[in-house]
Amino acid sequence: MRMKATILAGTVIVATAMTGSVLPAAAQDSIYVPLFTYRTGPFSGSGIYIAEGMHDYLEMLNQRDGGIGGVKIAIEECETGYDTKKGLECYESVKDKKPVVVNPWSTGITLPLIPRASVDKIPVLSMAYGLSASAVGDTFPWIFNPPATYWDGASMILSYIGSKEGGLDKLKGKTIGYIYLDAGFGKEPIPFFEQVSKDYGFNLKLYPVAATDMQNQSSQWLNVRRDRPDYMVMYGWGALQPTAVKEAAKINFPMDKFISIWWPSEDDAAAAGDAGKGFKSLNWHAVGANFPALQDIKKFVTDKNLTQTDKSHPGKVLYNRGVYNSMLIAEGIRNAQKLTGKKVVTGEDVRRGLETLNVDEARLKEIGLGGFTGPVKLSCADHNGHFATFMQEWDGTKWAKIGGDIKPMADKVNPLLAAAAKDYTDKNGNWPKRTEACDKAS
Amino acid sequence: MDLAYKILIDPFMQMGSAPDLLVQTLWEGLVSGVLYSLIALGFVLIFKASGVFNFAQGIMVVFAALTLVGLHQAGLPAFVALALTIGVMFGLAFLVERLMLRPLVNQPDIILFMATFGLTYFLIGFGELVFGGNPKKMIASELYLPSGAIDIKMFGGFVSLQKIDIAAAVIVSLMVLSLALFFQKTRIGRALRAVADSHKAALSVGISLEQIWVVVWFAAGIVALVTGIMWGARSEVSFSLQVIALKALPVLILGGFTSIPGAIVGGLIIGIGEKIGEFYWGPLLGSGIESWLAYVIALFFLLFRPQGLFGEKIIERI
Amino acid sequence: MFYREAGQFKTTYQADQAVFPILQDRIGLALILLGAFALIPLMASDFFISVIMIPFLILALATMGLNILTGYTGLLSLGTGGFMGVGAFACYKLTTLYPGINIVVWILVSGFFSTALGIVFGLPSLRIKGFYLTVATLAAQFFLDWSFIRVQWLTNYNTSGAIEVPTRTLFSMPVTGPNATPQFRYLVILSIVTLLTWFASNLVHGRIGRMWMAVRDMDLAAELIGIPLYRTKLLAFAISSYYCGVAGALMVFFWYGSAEPGVFNIDQSFTILFMVIIGGLGSLTGSFFGAALIYGLPIVLKIVLHGVGINILPATVEHVTFMSVGALIVLVLIIEPLGLARLWQITKQKLRVWPFPY
Repeated sequence: MRMKATILAGTVIVATAMTGSVLPAAAQDSIYVPLFTYRTGPFSGSGIYIAEGMHDYLEMLNQRDGGIGGVKIAIEECETGYDTKKGLECYESVKDKKPVVVNPWSTGITLPLIPRASVDKIPVLSMAYGLSASAVGDTFPWIFNPPATYWDGASMILSYIGSKEGGLDKLKGKTIGYIYLDAGFGKEPIPFFEQVSKDYGFNLKLYPVAATDMQNQSSQWLNVRRDRPDYMVMYGWGALQPTAVKEAAKINFPMDKFISIWWPSEDDAAAAGDAGKGFKSLNWHAVGANFPALQDIKKFVTDKNLTQTDKSHPGKVLYNRGVYNSMLIAEGIRNAQKLTGKKVVTGEDVRRGLETLNVDEARLKEIGLGGFTGPVKLSCADHNGHFATFMQEWDGTKWAKIGGDIKPMADKVNPLLAAAAKDYTDKNGNWPKRTEACDKAS
Repeated sequence: MDLAYKILIDPFMQMGSAPDLLVQTLWEGLVSGVLYSLIALGFVLIFKASGVFNFAQGIMVVFAALTLVGLHQAGLPAFVALALTIGVMFGLAFLVERLMLRPLVNQPDIILFMATFGLTYFLIGFGELVFGGNPKKMIASELYLPSGAIDIKMFGGFVSLQKIDIAAAVIVSLMVLSLALFFQKTRIGRALRAVADSHKAALSVGISLEQIWVVVWFAAGIVALVTGIMWGARSEVSFSLQVIALKALPVLILGGFTSIPGAIVGGLIIGIGEKIGEFYWGPLLGSGIESWLAYVIALFFLLFRPQGLFGEKIIERI
Repeated sequence: MFYREAGQFKTTYQADQAVFPILQDRIGLALILLGAFALIPLMASDFFISVIMIPFLILALATMGLNILTGYTGLLSLGTGGFMGVGAFACYKLTTLYPGINIVVWILVSGFFSTALGIVFGLPSLRIKGFYLTVATLAAQFFLDWSFIRVQWLTNYNTSGAIEVPTRTLFSMPVTGPNATPQFRYLVILSIVTLLTWFASNLVHGRIGRMWMAVRDMDLAAELIGIPLYRTKLLAFAISSYYCGVAGALMVFFWYGSAEPGVFNIDQSFTILFMVIIGGLGSLTGSFFGAALIYGLPIVLKIVLHGVGINILPATVEHVTFMSVGALIVLVLIIEPLGLARLWQITKQKLRVWPFPY
């Protein structure tokens, strides 16, 4: 008994001692960028690619250019497992190290961070996820969610459907099914769909999938078979997506009428084999690694084994999404350096940098991402940009771009956004007024 | 009145007007039920022989499937990988017995339950460390599992039966049959039943508890492997599969913790009940009622039979 | 040596039956309270308070709640997450409907909503027993979880289906929302937890507690000596749910600051149950130990592993953390199956006779 007690006591003492002593301090001559990632947990199938892309691009800047503006980026990953509790723990643990920006990569983690951002002076970059209303910069000066909101996405899918049918007015009497992850992320587009279904006179059918039933969707798809929707729209994540593709193939749902928001990876689409051909999703950046920046990642990072990235991953759609995310971070920091003239910037500076972000074609070319994606320009009022996306189709082996740019329906989305932002501030009582000055675009 | 119509009459009208969909729903329920039964079977095997409520069954499913796919990706032929995976599951059973069950012998049920939770954590970490967290495609075709579907025309519509689901039903039936034979006809099987009846009596007639435990955990491992292959072929092999194991809880409770036929019948009742409920009554409540319907069905049965459908009658003495 | 009771004579029955009969225990408790109320808010870092202390206290409260049901009355419940959610959503509705009334009042009131639901789902407990009873509580868990998502009225029709905690004040200082300092939030939580612990301690040491334990040890025998089974069981459900409800409300209002319904899922229920078991069934002190171990261990391990080598990747750290936590749980159970509370008792016993064990 005594030995057991001694062992236990010893463990406790060692553990407590180490808790106090560690937590590496960020060096003063670097810019601290924490990356919230999830390489574990039920959503890791999507999370791994994104984590790899985000990390590799920043690491490449460190290796090739010695960081941004000559200042090294201190990259630190914090594993969230897509779990809100762990995400908050990550946030608290990085907060004191003066991060210049955080990327929660989960709507559930983004929501609690929204009110904290302005207090802690840490901008939140929730790239095309999180709260759609946070696009309104006057209300949410610290939150950025370029290049498009979920409502924009829904409206673009709808206009694509409209173009297939020969005009949005042809949607009258048609049925559109919406299958979604039954959580904040999947529920958000519902008000938009309900609004437009009234405007255009189509029937909307909802098929929620609980997080616990992601791999068990047969009843949802039976309902689809009964309701015979003309189109299916999907807002899924993780294991929901491959299962949905398989189930759709199973009931012989026409794949070219099955359209997803921008999250399916190659693995998800490939789940049903050849039957998955024609499956579509939105996207705003290229796939493949034929870009100078991605080649540099190979040269400076992957080939030198400075990363745990699987060699086959660069160029995959979600890997490139991670690269895009890091490109925004890097450009935001660079812009902040330019605005302030400082080398080592702070969260406040990067907030200004992101707000006046203007990555045009020339700049994209300069950073080796010419043709990778469209230009991004944000402003004080608009933290999102509502940029056009395009439709991509699964051809059995890869995602192929089809058709040109699709613009969001600003007339439908913007009133909803303004209303949602107002609703948010109303419900939160004394939501702080924007006090941050607005910079001129540089 | 309108509501009463929607609850009491409309669903049956729908069943009548589209019998092909009813058949399809029943079939889907049957298949889910069979797969739930499989998970429940793993629980029952262990519970019967060692009184352990094995929370780790869900992660064992994932772990077995991951090992199989991982070994195949490492370049081994499918059936070699299968054989090796069975070996790994045996190793797991052996280690669990040696490192976890033996030191905890004769502890209350709830402590053993807790220990299997520790095992779950360990296997999650270990599995992800070795095989990575990204989802993998099950090597269904390499194992000569059929794919595609058979469409049967009936009632003016069609019913689509997935070949993999048929295969699942057949394989599960074979497994249950062989398990029943194993229990009834072999020496070890008889010893297993003796242990299930009374640990102490079994020990006193010279049955080795350690050996029996390794055998049942190994059997549960095989069941987990089959479950993993089947669920994996239906969607993919990833760590989110382990949440499906929770679906086995109402099945277990309904069928009784100690009964193999109970696990099968319970699985079918839950599977068919929840699909029918979700399909015909779910839309009234905004769908997604599948998540709790299974428990309500189980609760309903329990109010009449508190020990589950096939559980041993609870006799209480002071 | 220091832990001697020689010379402490009890002259009244009251003194003999006290919860802390030994002087050193009372001093120790006073020191712990002093440390918790004064030292930690003054000395500890924000990280320590908001990542370790606040969650620890809230989870300990929920653990205590479940311990009343599972540890003291012997009714196994897997609905803790659901009952916590009821508290959180009730508190949110109450404070948005009547913002004038102080948030602390609403937090304490919201527990009663959990109580009501706890009683409803406790009704089958007379007929169904043991592991089978979990089905009733699981039905509660999954049904409540589903309702939080489906009933939009609960979230005031929030588009994300989440609740956003508004800023509320206490003594004209913000106590919820982003501007509340961790120290102030911590003190409020600590006061509530201390109060409820004191209440629970009195309950379990009194007549009601003895009734619960009699039911746990053998309900038929308890019935024969005149304990009304049904009332006792339902009372346990009611009080246990109250504690869980308050813990849930605290969790969202003082810790998360916003919550998707998903945070009250089955995992939450399991986590709390494991805290009860590891801490020690039927021990209030154990509830604190269990919460500290299950919640704190992964964080400590993560920090330790980070400290050991710079080259370990965060995902690997996560995996190793999972493995170590699993292995440690089994290890603790092997060393002391009755939980950390029992270990603590043994240690105390050893201290009493040290250095001359007999």
